[in-house]
Amino acid sequence: MTHDFERSIDGRVVLDSSDISRALTRLAHEIVERTHGAQNLTIMGIPTRGAALAQRIAAKIAEIQGSPVAIGALDVTMYRDDLRMRPARALQPTKIPSEGIEGRLVILVDDVLFSGRTIRAALDALSEHGRPEAVQLAVLVDRGHRELPIRADYVGKNLPTSQQEVIQVKLVEYDGSDEVTIERAK
Amino acid sequence: MKHLLSAADLTKDQAIQILDTAKELAAATEQGVGKLPPLRGRTVVNLFFEDSTRTRMSFEAAAKRLSADVINFSAKGSSVSKGESLKDTALTLEAMGADAVVIRHNSSGAPHRLANAGWISGGVVNAGDGTHEHPTQALLDAYTMRQHLAGGEGDLKDLNVTIVGDVLHSRVARSNVLLLNTLGAKVRLVAPPTLLPYGVESWGCDVSYDLDDSLEGADAIMMLRVQRERMNAAYFPTAHEYSSRYGLNLSRMNRLAEHAIVMHPGPMNRGMEISADVADSKRSVIVEQVANGVSVRMAVLYLLLGGTESI
Repeated sequence: MTHDFERSIDGRVVLDSSDISRALTRLAHEIVERTHGAQNLTIMGIPTRGAALAQRIAAKIAEIQGSPVAIGALDVTMYRDDLRMRPARALQPTKIPSEGIEGRLVILVDDVLFSGRTIRAALDALSEHGRPEAVQLAVLVDRGHRELPIRADYVGKNLPTSQQEVIQVKLVEYDGSDEVTIERAK
Repeated sequence: MKHLLSAADLTKDQAIQILDTAKELAAATEQGVGKLPPLRGRTVVNLFFEDSTRTRMSFEAAAKRLSADVINFSAKGSSVSKGESLKDTALTLEAMGADAVVIRHNSSGAPHRLANAGWISGGVVNAGDGTHEHPTQALLDAYTMRQHLAGGEGDLKDLNVTIVGDVLHSRVARSNVLLLNTLGAKVRLVAPPTLLPYGVESWGCDVSYDLDDSLEGADAIMMLRVQRERMNAAYFPTAHEYSSRYGLNLSRMNRLAEHAIVMHPGPMNRGMEISADVADSKRSVIVEQVANGVSVRMAVLYLLLGGTESI
């Protein structure tokens, strides 16, 4: 999910670095449990932050299972329904693992689940690359306010918010530290 | 930016954004995604007043892969041959609801006129105007160089690019010099004095009359087509003399650095500015340039038409 949030120092921290790490570990275990040993699994992160989270979850699953997990990235920019509402956006890399997604159990990973529109776009983008056996969704934060009939299968943290609040996910890979903050929009 | 009229209009960041976008679009094509959705419901008109195969086909393929509707217009067999002016043609396109017009015209400045006269509301992309500019060719050349010589990302800092041939009539050379300067490359133009434009010393690049002197140290060498259709004065004594002094043959190619690539915007005159064995050699990236042309034009159309307003 793309966020154009203004940087703020007064945002309240709701998840710190160890909270995030624990949440991702739990997600990894849940995925292994519910997929009966993570067979036939492909983890697809939605850039930018979802792709980094996908890497971390895949690493944790590989640690639990003792074997590597197929991992990729899926850019949804061109499939968004609000493309015409903002200036043209830069594209992010899409990486489909060499075994493809045909017949695989694909788990989409994103940082924040909000309206559900990003995930709808992701489902469209995914179908261009093949027909997975099933698609599931893992998110670090579910903040509610869905505008489409979409739900997450694995949630790091449910965070009830108001529409006016802004959730910001910071990750070491991009922001220098791991942290989820919530703040009132100005 | 609403239009793409000149390579000089692009800042370094914009140029790199186009190349980066082209890279992602090329990757999508490689992964087997034949059609992408962002321009669904948009109409792109290819307005071609001058013969062209690869540029027109390239723009058409680019627009279609982004799901745009494409209307092709060529001056031959149209109302232009009955004497219709550019203005009336433009007003017709506006009435048909063109979101972007890709124009190729034999008069330098026609795209600028089309973009700024208030005849149409859509974006204008210059696909070659007279002896002036051909910005998307420069972008695809830069993309090709970046893939081969700069690791496929960032700018072209400190690359040495030698452009050889009819610079005087070449919109490709002009756009390339402008864009390569923006991207930090060092350009050397090589041509007989008669085929260099007046004021070339102000272009901010090296100029030489001697090809043999300009081979070593080049990372990319770009051969320009001898434009026979524009050769209505005696620019050089004979084709044979031109070829022996300014043509790229095997022995000259072998003097290039190991990693250097050979480029040509096409269509080639084999045996004139480039020998057949060079054109077909492993160093030649000429066919690749055509493929890259589609990705780069997709990037330009996406960035101009994909959002509310453009980059």
